[in-house]
Amino acid sequence: MGNLLTKELLANIGRTAAPREELVTRRDIRKYSVATGQRLQKFLAGDEAPPMFHVALFWDVVELEDLTPDGVSIDALIPKLPLERAMAGGLKIEYHKAIFPGDVLVSNRTLTALYEKQGSQGPLIFYEVTMEVTDQAGEPVLTEKTTRIMR
Amino acid sequence: MSIVSRIQSIKSGDLLPERQFKPDNVQLFLYNSALWNAHRIHYDYPYATEVEGYPGLVIAGPLLGDWLTQNVVEWLDGDGRLESIEYSNRMASYIGEVLRSGGKVVSVDQESATIELEMYIKNEADEVITPGAAVVRFSES
Repeated sequence: MGNLLTKELLANIGRTAAPREELVTRRDIRKYSVATGQRLQKFLAGDEAPPMFHVALFWDVVELEDLTPDGVSIDALIPKLPLERAMAGGLKIEYHKAIFPGDVLVSNRTLTALYEKQGSQGPLIFYEVTMEVTDQAGEPVLTEKTTRIMR
Repeated sequence: MSIVSRIQSIKSGDLLPERQFKPDNVQLFLYNSALWNAHRIHYDYPYATEVEGYPGLVIAGPLLGDWLTQNVVEWLDGDGRLESIEYSNRMASYIGEVLRSGGKVVSVDQESATIELEMYIKNEADEVITPGAAVVRFSES
């Protein structure tokens, strides 16, 4: 196997980001619903959030100087990797309950996997971040696993 | 049709209705604004083409994922809930392309009223650019 991931890098597995708390507003649901072309009235009216609304709700808001020249905010949870070009990514979301305006949601993110594979055109690094979203009472709302491939 | 008779009528291989999408600059701008995503490949044409070498402005990956969820939720039509969805962005797509979402039933468990779906976003060349899978459970709301 490859040797790009040092012991120090692998020690980041299990690392967590500080919890984030966000208020769900009808206006933000409506904006998201219009932008994604939703057709169901409950989403367009902001009565309930569409299934992937949390992607917008928990997108990192950073100050201008913290954006890279290409406009990306660096995810502090991911250590600096020896391969830096992002390839395909994937998402898996398990839903526990719906999201409504007025909800206050908390997200906890953990780096749950970091490994290396040999691709047909060279080495690849895979990582996985798991985001657990709960309500203020700690009841699970959804679990999202994001996988990214770096080349 | 009652929910019970609806799920009894669903078989492996049944197709979900396809939906066509032709995202333009306005939609892509609003989507990335709603996220607060400033990545230049989605709005800065000279940067996307000359610096990153893309043939055009790149459609945001999670927007394609959202379209898969819409396909499932509209097919459910209030007769149950989306339990899980997964997808991967395998190939990029660009402003100007016509894409379509769709899917098919791959398994039906009548006892638990649970159905597994295979989902896709395809481009005009009929390539699956975003394959996915979903699990839904039918129930009275």
